[in-house]
Amino acid sequence: MPGDQPVLEAVDVGKEFPVHDRFGGSRAVRAVEHANLALYPGRITALVGESGSGKTTLARLLALFHPPTSGEIRLDGLPVTAATPRGEYHSAVQLVFQDPFAALNSLHRARYMLRRALQLHGRGGSRAEVERASLDLLRRVNLTPPERILDSFPHQLSGGQRQRLVIARALAVQPRVLLADEPISMLDVSIRLDVLNLLATLRDEQGLAMLYITHDIASARYLADTVHVMYAGQTVEGGPRDSVILQPKHPYTRLLLDSSPDPARSMADGADDPFAGVAEAGEPPNLADPPPGCRFHPRCPFAMDECRREFPARTTFADGGWAHCWLHRKGRTGELLADVAVS
Amino acid sequence: MSTTAQSTAPTGRRGRTLGPVLLDVRGLSVDYLTTHGPVRACADVSLTLRRGEILGVAGESGSGKSTLVTALTRLQRPPAVTAAGSVEYRPVEGEPVDLVTLSERRLRRLRWRDLAIVMQSAMDCLNPVMRLGAQFVDVIREHDRSMSTRAAKARTAELLRMVGIPAERAASYPHELSGGMRQRSLIALALACDPALVVMDEPTTAVDVVMQRQILAQLVALQQTLHFAIVFVTHDLSLLLELADRIAVMYAGRIVEIGSAYDIYRSPRHPYTEGLRTAFPPLRAPVRRMTGIPGAPPDLADLPPGCAFAPRCRYATDDCTTAVPALRPVGAQHVACVRTEEADDAR
Repeated sequence: MPGDQPVLEAVDVGKEFPVHDRFGGSRAVRAVEHANLALYPGRITALVGESGSGKTTLARLLALFHPPTSGEIRLDGLPVTAATPRGEYHSAVQLVFQDPFAALNSLHRARYMLRRALQLHGRGGSRAEVERASLDLLRRVNLTPPERILDSFPHQLSGGQRQRLVIARALAVQPRVLLADEPISMLDVSIRLDVLNLLATLRDEQGLAMLYITHDIASARYLADTVHVMYAGQTVEGGPRDSVILQPKHPYTRLLLDSSPDPARSMADGADDPFAGVAEAGEPPNLADPPPGCRFHPRCPFAMDECRREFPARTTFADGGWAHCWLHRKGRTGELLADVAVS
Repeated sequence: MSTTAQSTAPTGRRGRTLGPVLLDVRGLSVDYLTTHGPVRACADVSLTLRRGEILGVAGESGSGKSTLVTALTRLQRPPAVTAAGSVEYRPVEGEPVDLVTLSERRLRRLRWRDLAIVMQSAMDCLNPVMRLGAQFVDVIREHDRSMSTRAAKARTAELLRMVGIPAERAASYPHELSGGMRQRSLIALALACDPALVVMDEPTTAVDVVMQRQILAQLVALQQTLHFAIVFVTHDLSLLLELADRIAVMYAGRIVEIGSAYDIYRSPRHPYTEGLRTAFPPLRAPVRRMTGIPGAPPDLADLPPGCAFAPRCRYATDDCTTAVPALRPVGAQHVACVRTEEADDAR
């Protein structure tokens, strides 16, 4: 049941954190700049980037952990302000953290955690009603047998079960938006897919709008409908998942894809050694002193004068994708897309 | 006693020729002594490693892969003890030695010069209050007393350059380096005394994927000129498929399959390997709905009877719970599964 109107939006959002140096001075780390993101009912948007790219900061802005320095967050089209009741907001927007070991209080049983979430958001009622709602939540995240799980402490559950419990707790408030920050990266590889499939089911059957934050571009392609790529606090590319991943339109996205393990390509007959010809590509910049213009330019093989001066405007493409790259504004798109594999 | 997994022909990935056997591990078992009795974290592991080979060890948490690393290098600390087995190391010159029973003094002479280790967390391995260069000079001079400090410094600069770090960073403290640089400097340090074997435990898990590719490309290039052998341990099977000559897949403390990366990719024989192979969504191939492996890895202190994977295995029968299957040759690889042929027919 995908909708046309975004539930939750970040509009030209920026966030600066003050940092103090050893001489008592203070500077700003510009963790996120000019970020735009819209989450729609029944759709999963992936936010892909390396550590320090600002993806978690953006999620925290959307969860109202920090106020944005510039731009605004909109829920149902209305700007969120300091006056917006937090309880109401978090009944609509819930966050799932990376670490299911840290996100659950080890002193409480699953029953208590679910009951608290239900009661705090006005879904309490009689003991029997709470029990029924809790069991229902556990069934929705495929935690079986729910009766036994309800009596379990976190340490009695496996990593995958814990993450399901975290998701069940988030669902207790009947949110319309789920912000999932690296929900599978702490889990064993054999159980990651099942958690991804659960998130897909929640999207398909309950029409949740979801943000899926990850550093794993293959899992983003598997789960998401739309993919956004962040680099050093700037969103550099976005669009339908296959537009971004099969035809990357930003040099950084291409570097990310070329660096990701892809046995299907490297094990193909006659394939090149996947480690041959890997050039030194430098490292992401220090965000307290980022390079001017496009922050990727010091690492970019295509960099030109414009890139050092100004962050490029958005170019949109026929396949629904968009990118912030000077190549497209200078008619040099062909240099980037010429040798990209199209399936 | 399990069958020893020998590589049939000494050629590695992309037809690279491999040298004679460098490490011959037989029946290696490691126990963690707990108040409830010993827990076997590594059970009856047998494998060989040739000179110049990259052996990947893949497994999830609790599979015993890190325990194997510490046992191979004899770095395990109580409560872990090697309960059985041998780790025969065959140097170029001199007699083979068993690393399990070797005296501390003789083992110390082998460290760095013959076998070196790279761990996951560079911050834990480097001394935070010593400049990088001083740590290199320490290692180099400890194992070659005849070398002058000046020569050791020159060697340090050479090693750092080898992994793409400017020589002047020798004056930096570890915290002044980026995560990628720290991990590179650990690799350089491991290569300081030109070892024949480098054991790596998740060496690139803490760095981002772009840096990971750069570090591994450098490692592969260095390995091709210096011809050291690598045991590379990781949870990331898709990375090993690209990197390793051969891959050992571990589950609940045992090797369940070992074979060339190509065979593991093309025709995984153990149901667990097969499950792992399809647990990674494709990067570019068409997306279809995939399923993980049902259930969760077992508790090593409370293993199911017979094959530890049986409760999660879609091919499991009553036979699977009667005895632990031994590694035996199936196709081009060695597999610890009682019903491999039937499983193949069912596919």
